[in-house]
Amino acid sequence: MKQMSKIVRTITNLIYGFIIIFGFYVIVHGHLTPGGGFQGGAVVASAFALLLISYGGVNSEKLLKKDFLSILESCGLTMFIGITFLGLGITFFYNFLANSGDWFGNTTVIGINPGDMNTGGVIPLMNIAVGLEVLSALGVIVIFMASAAEFTKNKENL
Amino acid sequence: MNLLNHTPILIIAIPLLAAFLLPVIGRINKKTTGIFTTFVLSISLILTILLTVKILSVGPQVYVFGAKSPALTLPSGLKFPIRIMFQIDAMSIFMGLITAVISFVGAIYSLTFMEQHSGLDKYYSLLLLLTVGIFGIEFTGDMFNFFVFLEIASIAAVALISFRGVNLGEPVEAGFKYMVVSSIAALIVLFAVGIFYGKYDLLNFAALASVIKYSQLDKIALGLLVPVLAMKAGAVPMHMWTPDAYSEAPAPITIILVSASQASLYALFRVTFSLYNITLNTLSVGWIIIILGLLSMFIGVTMAIIQKDIKRLIAYNAISQTGYMLLGVGVGLAVLANPVALSKYGITAMEGGIFHIINHAMYEGLLFLTAGALFFRTGTRDLDKMGGLAHSMKYTTIFFIIGAAAISGLPPFNGFASKLLIYESVYRFNPLLSIIAMLVSILTLASFVKVFHSAFLGPKLPKFKEVREVPRSMVWAMVVLSCITIFFGLFPDLIVKNLVHPAVMALIEQFKYTGTVLGGI
Amino acid sequence: MIGNLPYIAVIIFIGLGIYTLMFKKNLIKIVIGICLLENGVNLFLITLGYRKGAVAPIYTQAPSGQSMVLPTPQALTLTSIVIGIAITALILSIAMMIYKHYGTLDTDQVRRLRG
Repeated sequence: MKQMSKIVRTITNLIYGFIIIFGFYVIVHGHLTPGGGFQGGAVVASAFALLLISYGGVNSEKLLKKDFLSILESCGLTMFIGITFLGLGITFFYNFLANSGDWFGNTTVIGINPGDMNTGGVIPLMNIAVGLEVLSALGVIVIFMASAAEFTKNKENL
Repeated sequence: MNLLNHTPILIIAIPLLAAFLLPVIGRINKKTTGIFTTFVLSISLILTILLTVKILSVGPQVYVFGAKSPALTLPSGLKFPIRIMFQIDAMSIFMGLITAVISFVGAIYSLTFMEQHSGLDKYYSLLLLLTVGIFGIEFTGDMFNFFVFLEIASIAAVALISFRGVNLGEPVEAGFKYMVVSSIAALIVLFAVGIFYGKYDLLNFAALASVIKYSQLDKIALGLLVPVLAMKAGAVPMHMWTPDAYSEAPAPITIILVSASQASLYALFRVTFSLYNITLNTLSVGWIIIILGLLSMFIGVTMAIIQKDIKRLIAYNAISQTGYMLLGVGVGLAVLANPVALSKYGITAMEGGIFHIINHAMYEGLLFLTAGALFFRTGTRDLDKMGGLAHSMKYTTIFFIIGAAAISGLPPFNGFASKLLIYESVYRFNPLLSIIAMLVSILTLASFVKVFHSAFLGPKLPKFKEVREVPRSMVWAMVVLSCITIFFGLFPDLIVKNLVHPAVMALIEQFKYTGTVLGGI
Repeated sequence: MIGNLPYIAVIIFIGLGIYTLMFKKNLIKIVIGICLLENGVNLFLITLGYRKGAVAPIYTQAPSGQSMVLPTPQALTLTSIVIGIAITALILSIAMMIYKHYGTLDTDQVRRLRG
């Protein structure tokens, strides 16, 4: 794919970091506001797609590496399953951090409140694991599809 | 912390963890991915056998995720089951045993069959995910969880069918057809789950089974679920995806796909027997399933006789054998409301149908692995081009003879035992059905005599001069399946009394299914 | 009658999805048909949870004494959307490989497996 015009590239330079930060915000606050692991991961992956469209697949190879994203995906998935295994004292998927006073262990206040991020137990950790997995998986998909556009274009001689 | 209490989830969680770790292991050392997969699936097989012994001696098990008990107590004092849980009774563990053996054999076979391909870490990871999906369909007690595992199995299966699509075009076409069929099936299942949730506000199988009635909305849900689950199992007239998918997938994946189709058949039996039971009009729904079975048997075998591709021929025979299972269990469903007929021949018909499931997995797996061995050495699946291979591949010939005799229903192999049960009991329901079943059996034998003559008999062809026997791991995989085939054929009484009869009674007695969950609250 | 409008939209979505799957010949249009079917079923699940005069089921900054819509169908729909993305990504990749091997996206010509 060829890179797009100067205007598009400038706006991408300015806005790329903000999209990624917003995506991580949606991932981490999943237990308080709408959002969570999958939604935040999809937002970050859309930043990757923006980079690929505006700069072209060949030029963004240095920033988006397939191997690194693949390892990150495996780390996210293993973290998810590992956390579910840790609750095996009672049963699988048990929320052993909730109401315990530890990491993420405060008790949730019943009723209307501005939201305490330290609550929720195991849920924010699983949100982060799923968010890492989704952003790297969708990133790898988008990179492969962009590189596959090269061979179909060669066929049509465009 | 007694680890044996957590066996139901460890059967699924250990392959899942291994599937997620495999890309990392594949980067370190490429050769250990296959051995790691075989090791993990052997652990699953051992745990499944332990769970079978526990369930057959103690009773059905319930495993709750995330809490100690499956119910939630509301402030008003009302308790209703709300957690996601696995509910394993004798029928579920029967199907789980089939899946565990078949996927273990498939992994052993893949060690040498897939050695020349690249990207093997993704292949083994997808194989483990497919196994996890099939186990989940068979063990779950929650309707939406069933939909999620159905989708996991379908997506992993599509990626594996198109695995050889890097250089060839046909596997990708087969993968596309299978993906369209499975996603339509899964979405319609989700629609039916939505109908149940909207009417009863419950997603749990057992809780739904205790309050379900047969009003207009329930008839719509049943009318959506029965054809769609039969479509995923490969029944005629929805069978178009089966020959393409089974023939273009690599041989060890085909046998796991057969297990996936049987899991969907299990889901059909769960919905009609344990969810609805006598509330539905058993005679009409039973006759619908019998008609589906008859069509599958007859059209499957007549399309099989004219095929030139060996794996397509075996795939059409698989459709035909699925018809036998639908026929046997359909007769059982048709007489469910009639206790005299049920005890006279209904239970025997269901025993025949369900015993046929495990027999079919074993001998169909053996036949597909034999076809894979022929493809591995000769490079072709076309029967016109093969010939005289019995001279060089002696073990493969013996395994093929065992598989072909079993599928045609010759004693002393296991096909004869289950087919005899089906013939005798279906004859007392309606003699015409039994006669059609026997005719189909004769045509099955005809199609396999044709394959044996084309591929194995005759003089040794010059172009196959350096064809030798297949590598040892493939031979060991085929030995396991043929030993089980011969053992089930010599001692069918042992298997029917200990494995099949508890499964049939678990399906018929709905109060035991609901009582396990609701009684414990 | 006005409360039944989302259900009528569900029927229209599913009907259009099945029409596209049956009668269109381009592979990409078949993928769009599957997406339409999936959107219809997701809309059906969400609409089941609606109760009259209720707000979104979030505790933070919510008015007191207010009824909320059911949150369970929302969790079901979220899972279904994620599965739909996996299906769409996989089936589009398969369509790209079919174009690479067959040179066409017309289902009348992608027919090497028959009989």
